[in-house]
Amino acid sequence: MSDNKENTPMVNTGEYFTSGNLAVAEGSLAAGCKFFGGYPITPSSEVAEHMSIKLPQTKGHFVQFEDEIASIASILGASWGGWKSMTATSGPGYSLMLENIGLGIMTETPCVIVNVQRAGPSTGLPTLVGQQDIQQARWGSHGDYEIIALSPNSVQECFDLAITAFNLAEEFRVPVTILMDETIGHMSEKLVIPEKEKIEIVNRKKPTDEADGHLPYKADEDLIPPMAVAGEGYNVITTGLTHDERGYPALEADAQKVLLTRLLDKIRKNKDKIIRLEEYMLDDAEFVIISFGISSRAAKGAVNLAREKGLKVGYLRLITIWPFPDERIAQIAEKVKAIFIAEINSGQVTKEVQRVVKGEAEVHGLLKLGGAIHTPSEIVEEIERRLK
Amino acid sequence: MTEEEIGLLEAEEHPLDGYLRKGRIPHIWCPGCSLGSVMTVIIEAIKETDIDPKNISVISGIGCTGRTAGYLNFDSFHTTHGRAIPFAIGLGLTDPNRKIIVISGDGDLASIGGNHLIHAARRNADITVICVNNFQYGMTGGQVGPTSYKGQFQTTAPYSNLEEPFNLPELVKSCGATYIARWTALDVRRVKESFVEAINHKGFSFVEVLGACPTTYGRRNQLREGIAILESFKERAVIEHGIDTEKVAISKEGPIIVGKFVDIHDKPTLTDNLLSIQRMATASKDKGA
Repeated sequence: MSDNKENTPMVNTGEYFTSGNLAVAEGSLAAGCKFFGGYPITPSSEVAEHMSIKLPQTKGHFVQFEDEIASIASILGASWGGWKSMTATSGPGYSLMLENIGLGIMTETPCVIVNVQRAGPSTGLPTLVGQQDIQQARWGSHGDYEIIALSPNSVQECFDLAITAFNLAEEFRVPVTILMDETIGHMSEKLVIPEKEKIEIVNRKKPTDEADGHLPYKADEDLIPPMAVAGEGYNVITTGLTHDERGYPALEADAQKVLLTRLLDKIRKNKDKIIRLEEYMLDDAEFVIISFGISSRAAKGAVNLAREKGLKVGYLRLITIWPFPDERIAQIAEKVKAIFIAEINSGQVTKEVQRVVKGEAEVHGLLKLGGAIHTPSEIVEEIERRLK
Repeated sequence: MTEEEIGLLEAEEHPLDGYLRKGRIPHIWCPGCSLGSVMTVIIEAIKETDIDPKNISVISGIGCTGRTAGYLNFDSFHTTHGRAIPFAIGLGLTDPNRKIIVISGDGDLASIGGNHLIHAARRNADITVICVNNFQYGMTGGQVGPTSYKGQFQTTAPYSNLEEPFNLPELVKSCGATYIARWTALDVRRVKESFVEAINHKGFSFVEVLGACPTTYGRRNQLREGIAILESFKERAVIEHGIDTEKVAISKEGPIIVGKFVDIHDKPTLTDNLLSIQRMATASKDKGA
C-alpha cells in the first residue's frame, strides 16, 4: 500500500457493462481521488455507494456527512490536505453546496462535484431526467466567477470526463462540476477502463520557493498560483474574503479588481485548453442541432434521420458546457440557416446560443421540461415544422 | 494605524513572534474584547503541547472569533459561516498526525453550524473545537443568538429575548463529545490548561470560553465596559469539575458553572473507525470481493 499522502490512482482495468454513476466513480478513482464526502440523494446515490466500497481499499476515506453543505466543505478541507476529493449530488443538494463552491473558487481549491440532474424546481421529479441545473452551475453561487462544467453523454464518457474533471480542477485550481443527468447516471453500457499507464493524470503545481517570504496567491504567467497544502511548512492561508498575494484580507476595490480579474481570466484566457466539443456532419450543414448529455444521443440520431430525408443537418455537442464555446458557435452561425438546441429544460442553453449568435441564424429550442428524453423522430418533426 | 506605525510595532521583539502572521496585527477586535487574550492563550497552549507547528491547522468560520485563524501563523483556514467543522474534518482525515483546531463563535458554531457541531460530536471526530461564547452576534451588530439568555437585550431582541439558550456543554455531551470544559476568558491559566488537554485529546474535544463583548452585548445589558463583563464573570463563576452538564445552563443572574465536565478516553474516534474500515476493505479486496 502506498504512503497515505499520495493520490494513488486505483485503476480497475478491464471491460464492464455498468452504469454512468459507477463509471464516474471509477473514473474518479482512476484520477487519484482519495476522499469522498457526500449525502444521499436520488439519482446520484450509486456514486457514493461505489466510493464507499472502493475508497477504503485504496487507503482513502469515504464519509457520509450530515448534509450537502458539510459534504462540500469537507472536500475543500481534504483538498487542502493534499488529497484529490469529490462529492456527488443532484439539483437540491447542489443548491445547498453553492455557497461553498464559491469558497472553492475564491480559495482556488481543486475538487470535483458530480451533479446527476433530475427535474425540478424543488423536489420535482427525483427519479426522472432533467437538465435544469445548467445555469445553476454557472451562476448559482453569489458574486461573479468563471467555472468549469462538463457533460458526458455515455457511460464511457462518465469515466473519461471524471479524469478530465480532476485534471482540469488540479490544473486551474477550481472546483469542476460534472453535469450528468438521471438517464446517463442510471443507464448501462459498455465501459472500457484502460491500463493505468495510458491514463494521463495532472497534479496541481507545487511551489518551489522557500516558505519564508512565499506568496501563496502570486500567480505564474498562466495566472495560476502554485499550491502548497497543509503540513508542508508553508503556513498555508485561505480566506473567502478578498485577499492579496499574501492571502491577507484586502477589503478594498483595487484588491477586489486585481483578484477577481485574475480568477476570471485564468478560465477565460484558457478556454482553448478547457473546451471540448464533438462535431458531426457540420461541413455542408444548413441546419445544426446543438445538444449535450442524454439529449445529444437523440440529437445525433435525429441528424442521421434528417439526412435520410435529404435535410442537411449537422450536430454540435457541448462536452464542456462552461466556459461556453461562444467563438465556435458564432462561426457555425455564420454558415447555417438555423440552429436547434435539444435540451431538457426551458431553454437554458438556448438562451446562451441566442446571446452568441446575435441574430446571424435562427435559433430554436427543442425543449422538454423534464421527466422524459427526446426521440430522434420528434426532433426531426419539430425541425420540419419550424422550416415550413 | 499607518504602515509605518505597524512597522515600528513589529520591530519590537515579542514573545509571540513567529506565531502571529506578520503584517496582520493590529487585529480588528474592539477594546475590551476577550478575543485577543483567547488568541494569546491558544498560542501559549500550542507551545506547551510541543507539537511540531507544521502539524497544526487552525480553522475558523465567520464572525469576530472567526477572524482568529487568519492571524495565526500556522496552516490557517478562514472558511464560510458555520462550516469550519466539516472543512476541518476533511482536512484532518488526510493525515492522522495533523492536529486540528477549530476556533469560532457561538453563533457560527451553534446556530448556522449547529448541525455540524452535533454530528462532529456524535462521530467523535478528531478535532478540538474552541467556542468563544459572547452570547450574541458581535460582528453584524449585536443580534440575538442561540446562546443569548432569557432577558437579554440585543438589536433584534429590543423588547428582551424570551427564548431559552443552548447549554453548549450539555448539547455536545448528549451527542457524544469526549472532552468538554468551560471557563470564562478571565481565567487564562485554566483556559490554557484546558486548551492543552483538548489539543492533546484523542477525539472530539470542546472548550467553551465565555468572552466579553462590550461593544454590542455589554452596552445593551448594563455592562458597558469589557471589565464590567469580566467582573460579573468573576463574581458569578463557580468551579464544578465533573458536574452533570444538565446543571450548567447560563441564566441572566445565576451562577456560571465552569470547569472540566467530561474527559473520556476509551471511545473510538472517527479516524479510528475509518482506519478500521480501511483494514476491513483491504481484507475483503484481498479475498476478491
